[in-house]
Amino acid sequence: MTFRIETGAVEDASRELYIRALKMLPPDIKEGFAGLAARETDATAQRVLGTMIANIGVAEARDNLLCQDTGLPIYNVEIGRGVAVDGVALKAAIRRGCERATREYPLRSSVVHPLTRHNEHTSCGIDMPVIHVDFVDAEDTLKVTMIPKGSGSENNSFLKMAIPAEGVDAIKTFVVDCVLAAGGKTCPPTIVGVGIGGTSDHCVALAKRAATRALGTHCADADGAALEAELTRAVNALGVGPQGLGGDATAFAVHIELAATHITMNPVAVNMQCHSARRASATFTPAGVAYGY
Amino acid sequence: MAHYELTMPIDEAAARRLRVNDTVTLQRTLYGIRDATQIHLFDRGRTTRFDLAGHAVIHTAPNVRKVPVDAANPAGYAPVCIGTTTSDRMERFTEPLMARYGVRIIVGKGGLRDASAKAFREHGGVYLAIVGGTAALETTWIEAIEDVDLDDLNPESLWKFRIRDFGPLLVAMDSAGGSLYDAVRDDAAARRAKVLASLGVRS
Repeated sequence: MTFRIETGAVEDASRELYIRALKMLPPDIKEGFAGLAARETDATAQRVLGTMIANIGVAEARDNLLCQDTGLPIYNVEIGRGVAVDGVALKAAIRRGCERATREYPLRSSVVHPLTRHNEHTSCGIDMPVIHVDFVDAEDTLKVTMIPKGSGSENNSFLKMAIPAEGVDAIKTFVVDCVLAAGGKTCPPTIVGVGIGGTSDHCVALAKRAATRALGTHCADADGAALEAELTRAVNALGVGPQGLGGDATAFAVHIELAATHITMNPVAVNMQCHSARRASATFTPAGVAYGY
Repeated sequence: MAHYELTMPIDEAAARRLRVNDTVTLQRTLYGIRDATQIHLFDRGRTTRFDLAGHAVIHTAPNVRKVPVDAANPAGYAPVCIGTTTSDRMERFTEPLMARYGVRIIVGKGGLRDASAKAFREHGGVYLAIVGGTAALETTWIEAIEDVDLDDLNPESLWKFRIRDFGPLLVAMDSAGGSLYDAVRDDAAARRAKVLASLGVRS
């Protein structure tokens, strides 16, 4: 049997997802805040974390956006088995949903032409929103995850084409130095996403995937997972703290994604997600649409 | 570590009184500026009809809704969500903001660098740290959008906000050369070697 997806429903969901993502933080991020606040030893950092936690409550109580930065819109589409969908129409529907959210809510369009800086006030433009399509081993399921990626954290993205002779030491040093260089500019506490291996472009994409993964999830590779724990402890010993004003809570976690690489290469990329680590998802099944994170 | 209630605008003495780790709550008026606003003011020769002398500016570009002009919304915009952006990109505009327009206070997140510290010292001004990413809360401190200039740059227009109890904000850079960001950066740099050693990195 085939599960046919109507693109009109995808358009409506894409509109809804952008607004939902901007208003409600996922439960794993809220738990992450509770953990950081419980462990924080610096008085200023305690106050800063307290303000961030209070803001989550104000956004929910007033049905308002968590942060004014509506970000660059990213839609990740996962298509399961037995799903029939017109891919071209699907991408067009996502774009229309993104435009409608921006105009109808209205949201600040943070998207401009990269040379003229012209803003169409739709959160869309050339090759924007970012739409990634992948396939998953699940029956009769199509999932769309929306991530508004804030620019403060995105402006602190780094790639280093290290070489094999520099080893894992180069990776560790690079991650520590990126966190130091970013300081308060990324709106810490952050999720530090690290891509290791692959080609240069794949390495950067892995870093983004790592930065936007739910807290509490781990790298599928055992060595990668061990390095995540080690680097999480390390960056939180730097004293950068929330907002770069000092303290223990520099990062919720360091997340790592890996890909095999060339015998001559040792690439590492860093992409960070700010404390407003927003995401929302819609899962389409024959039973209907279910919203989550 | 004193707390100050500042009804804007203020004079030079009031700005010079503030020290790092003091807290400030702003009252009455706050101007919103951003990358494009300042690129147009300082690189493209445009000017504003607003008098910013003695005032505070915040690094922002708000979410707003177009509404009919009335007493509550004199500029025809209602606030939706107003927050703060990363200040570092606008480092080179601190000096002309203070020298040409007489701005006394910059509200932002993430801090500014040496050229701004110098401007605060020379002209008498401070940087107030707000907690970035807490715009829902910040929006509750804004009563209205009173006026707007350079609106062709929307959302990076020059905004005039009417505020009430805007804060408390932390004095993070002062006119005596104090900077919490420098202190934290120096401390973190000093910890780097120990952190790398804990990761087994050979020096």
